[in-house]
Amino acid sequence: MTAISPKEYMTVSAARLLRNEDVCFVGIGAPSAACNLARLTHAPEITLIYESGTIATTPDRLPLSIGDGDLHDTALTTVSVPEMFQYWLQGGRISIGFLGAAQLDRRGNLNTTVIGDYDAPKVRLPGGGGAPEIATQAREIFITAEQSKRTFVDKIDFLTSLGHGQFGESRGTFGVHTKGPTRLVTDLAIWDMLDPEGRKVCDPDFQAQTAEFVVVSLHPGVTRDDVVGSVGWTVRFAPHLEVTPTPTPLELETLRALHARSANSQ
Amino acid sequence: MTRFTTLSDAIRDNVSNGQSIAMEGFTHLIPFAAAHEVIRQGVEGLTLIRMTPDIIYDQLVGVGAARKMVFSYAGNPGAGLLHRVRDAVENGWPRALELEEHSHAAMANAYHAGAANLPSAVFRGYRGTDLTNVNRNIKSVICPFTNEKLACVPAIRPDVTIIHAQRADRNGNVQIDGIVGVQKEAVLAANVAIVTVEEIVDDLRALPNRNANTCILPGWCVTAICHVPMGAAPSYATGYYPRDNDFYLEWSRISSDRDRFLAWIEEHVLAHPVDASVQEGAR
Repeated sequence: MTAISPKEYMTVSAARLLRNEDVCFVGIGAPSAACNLARLTHAPEITLIYESGTIATTPDRLPLSIGDGDLHDTALTTVSVPEMFQYWLQGGRISIGFLGAAQLDRRGNLNTTVIGDYDAPKVRLPGGGGAPEIATQAREIFITAEQSKRTFVDKIDFLTSLGHGQFGESRGTFGVHTKGPTRLVTDLAIWDMLDPEGRKVCDPDFQAQTAEFVVVSLHPGVTRDDVVGSVGWTVRFAPHLEVTPTPTPLELETLRALHARSANSQ
Repeated sequence: MTRFTTLSDAIRDNVSNGQSIAMEGFTHLIPFAAAHEVIRQGVEGLTLIRMTPDIIYDQLVGVGAARKMVFSYAGNPGAGLLHRVRDAVENGWPRALELEEHSHAAMANAYHAGAANLPSAVFRGYRGTDLTNVNRNIKSVICPFTNEKLACVPAIRPDVTIIHAQRADRNGNVQIDGIVGVQKEAVLAANVAIVTVEEIVDDLRALPNRNANTCILPGWCVTAICHVPMGAAPSYATGYYPRDNDFYLEWSRISSDRDRFLAWIEEHVLAHPVDASVQEGAR
């Protein structure tokens, strides 16, 4: 088997965050690969939901768009888009929202709208789509993205989807009482949303106003300098850094077969 | 009452400069053939409404048919950015494009409100996002029972909604299978609704394995029906043809250059009227 790529570490590590009992609202791209890998390995009963209205979908290949025919053909049921956002997302029935981003900050706020000024953008990005309400209404948010100084920035140009707001704020400042971003999985590391005392979001004493994403695990072969060099803010590392467990042969074979099937059918 | 007509007549009779038009279909059943007829007829100054502008509005914006776009996700699904929309927003080519930008939840609720004949949609949304700073149509109301502050956006009431569906019967009743998106809401919210279909059957009630719970639009809710096989390509029609993912990827190359885009429009839209529409449903 060929060497494990950083992106494979990312997808496998992201997949491992998901559990059988999760009801997961899946973003397209990197999140979609991770969610389907989880379903094809350790979480066969996981409920995957795409914003096109497909509930408990079990595609054999990765969809190119959030509304590919396979998602409907393999779904338990397909509902209208208003129903999806009203009953299922706003109704509080989603346990995990899995999102990517063009830009993110250390507080887990996401930008998918513009690079530069909104009225005179350098790059007009696609926009929020379902993400602004997924970010606030799914009970917990996982984020996955490849690290680069362009993506991991000190200050995002536009706040499309709320993480924990600015330092000094919390989600409660905006009337949001779901957990928000708790974990970030990249091609180099796993990050947790921790306050300065190392408390997690689920801890009743968690201090949201001062929390940020902290590196808790480095993928094998990755150094602290690699992480620091691809992030636009001063990185905090956990006192006891873990090494991310290597993907198992089953995870790797399943992921590669999934990508191969997807490439063949596109 | 529904009128069976050619696509060119349906557009000529119902679409005019300066209208607000919603062409819906959430990745699935996108009414491309109808949009191409709008381009051929040279309609201008449109307000284009659509959750996911997709390639269909990239083409309409690229030929300069629109002055404003109301949307919530303007990407080429699975392939990246919409280059014609970008060029209009970033450089004003071929003309400036005003944006009214929402989230999916907001637009879905706004269509729902339009279909329900309400003035606005109330929902829990837009919390903490900068979108509220750039769109004056995002406001809030206080729930009179709980005092919860809720987002409020105006109902979407298009002058014209255009959708594509799998089939209609000879009484003009329309059936949609698969990912149904917001098509039903968009049709019921509009003043005029045009539906292109893959197939015209005698009677939806008489279909084998028929299911009255599938998405049905009764004929008296639809203004015009046009028989346009492959009318959603390069998107797809469940039960008829798959999404042309290669074209979606290829579109990134075609649309990234103004001249290449115009040449494509010339060859595939202007010089290629598909509207020798099969008229077997016309009476």
